[in-house]
Amino acid sequence: MSPVSTAAPKLEMRGVTKTFEGRRVLDGVDIAIQPGRSLVIIGASGQGKSVTLKIAVGLMRPDAGQVFMDGDDMTELTTAERSRLHGKLGMLFQGSALFDSLTVWQNVAFRLINADKIPRKEARARAIDALQRVGLPRDVADRYPAEISGGMQKRVGLARAVAAHPEILFFDEPTTGLDPITSDVINDLIIEEVRRLGCTAVSITDVMASARKIGDEIAMLLGGKIVWRGPAKSIDEADNAYVQQFINGRAHGPITCV
Amino acid sequence: MNPVRAIGASSFDLLQSAGRLAVFAARGVMAAAMPPFFGRQLVRQLYAIGYFSLPVVGLTAVFTGAALALNIYTGGARFNAEQIMPQIVALGITRELGPVLAALMLAGRVSAAIAAEIGAMRATEQIDALQTLSTDPYRYLIGPRLTAGVLTLPLLTLTGDIIGIAGGWLVAVATLKFNGTIYIANTWNFLQPWDVISGLIKSAMFGFIVALMGCYHGFNSSGGARGVGRSTTNAVVSAAVLVFATDYIMTSLLR
Repeated sequence: MSPVSTAAPKLEMRGVTKTFEGRRVLDGVDIAIQPGRSLVIIGASGQGKSVTLKIAVGLMRPDAGQVFMDGDDMTELTTAERSRLHGKLGMLFQGSALFDSLTVWQNVAFRLINADKIPRKEARARAIDALQRVGLPRDVADRYPAEISGGMQKRVGLARAVAAHPEILFFDEPTTGLDPITSDVINDLIIEEVRRLGCTAVSITDVMASARKIGDEIAMLLGGKIVWRGPAKSIDEADNAYVQQFINGRAHGPITCV
Repeated sequence: MNPVRAIGASSFDLLQSAGRLAVFAARGVMAAAMPPFFGRQLVRQLYAIGYFSLPVVGLTAVFTGAALALNIYTGGARFNAEQIMPQIVALGITRELGPVLAALMLAGRVSAAIAAEIGAMRATEQIDALQTLSTDPYRYLIGPRLTAGVLTLPLLTLTGDIIGIAGGWLVAVATLKFNGTIYIANTWNFLQPWDVISGLIKSAMFGFIVALMGCYHGFNSSGGARGVGRSTTNAVVSAAVLVFATDYIMTSLLR
């Protein structure tokens, strides 16, 4: 385990709010992640996890508040500058979000070819390496995303996210909708890749098994705010009624879900 | 709600959508005009929009040319002017029907396909994924489609012009006892370059409209499968209406 660092945070959100059609989804989210740490944000559905992640990645603008990546305020940047920051990050989407008009290797090599302008031959070799690291055989490279299983698509999505050596990785519900065994495989791969690259990781999930496994720290989002944060190991001892209700999966408690 | 307020609100809505479309179009044109370009995407779109639309444009043109010839022959016969039928057919096809019908076929075929594809990419977060991979969706998705629309529709129209006139010729020779050689000579001597060129200028604009409507509605679609359906319908309808409106304006300017 990496020691608690006192360095400047890799990513920091300050007072982030977001309202959709009169409903306040985020109500002042404050959270910071130190370099090299893995933070998992948990929370029931509808509590603002996805919006938090989208704002952190820079895919959505907050109504108020700031998002700093390496000290740069992402909310104040131009598109070109944000695109440069996007060069530092990788993201695994919930539905994998693979480009269905491209083959598997072209998906994995997408940034190498289109943004980094690496020759296709070299990009293909690097893509196949990345595919092998996530446990996919060579012959998958030339298939299309629609021709492989959901678990394999997740692996391809992970290979694509890490192919250009990002400094920070985002995982959007990495194991939701997968069977328990595949989920565990994906969790292991995530840990392996994050360690290998030494990068910072931010995940959102509602699956406790994933949260415990891939997180150094866990934060809980409720009603658009972070209501608890602590080390993943000690979450069972958390003195917080919301956290206890969530990790034990009880229908009755302080949180009422729709 | 009081009526003045209702009029005000809907005017603001209209202005807002017009503004949003204008900003989108400007970003799309910038992406199409300035590097980095995505050559493979452009080639793919040239094929999808241009090459694969040939059959549908050709079929439309041949039947329209044939029907037009019959109608003008019937009308001309009322004052013994049926012999000028070849000239009228050529003028009607090159100036009006060739560009407009090709654009309408593409509004159906291409606007719908673009809106559905980009809308599905939006729904499955593929457009977000582009951004996280440091690739500007306007350059990667919108620019190549706009360029392909502007380049290929004039070529399709030119092909349609020729096939349409051939359709008229076919009917004239086969059923109306025209002499084929004289028909072609009459057409050729009558047509002026501007008849064809003004039609091609219009069709370049139509190509832009058809691609833009597909891109705009697809890019801004929301709400899953239903949203994709809605944006596809909106793309086709708005492309068709805008083609007709632009046709009138451009025809009056290019006369």
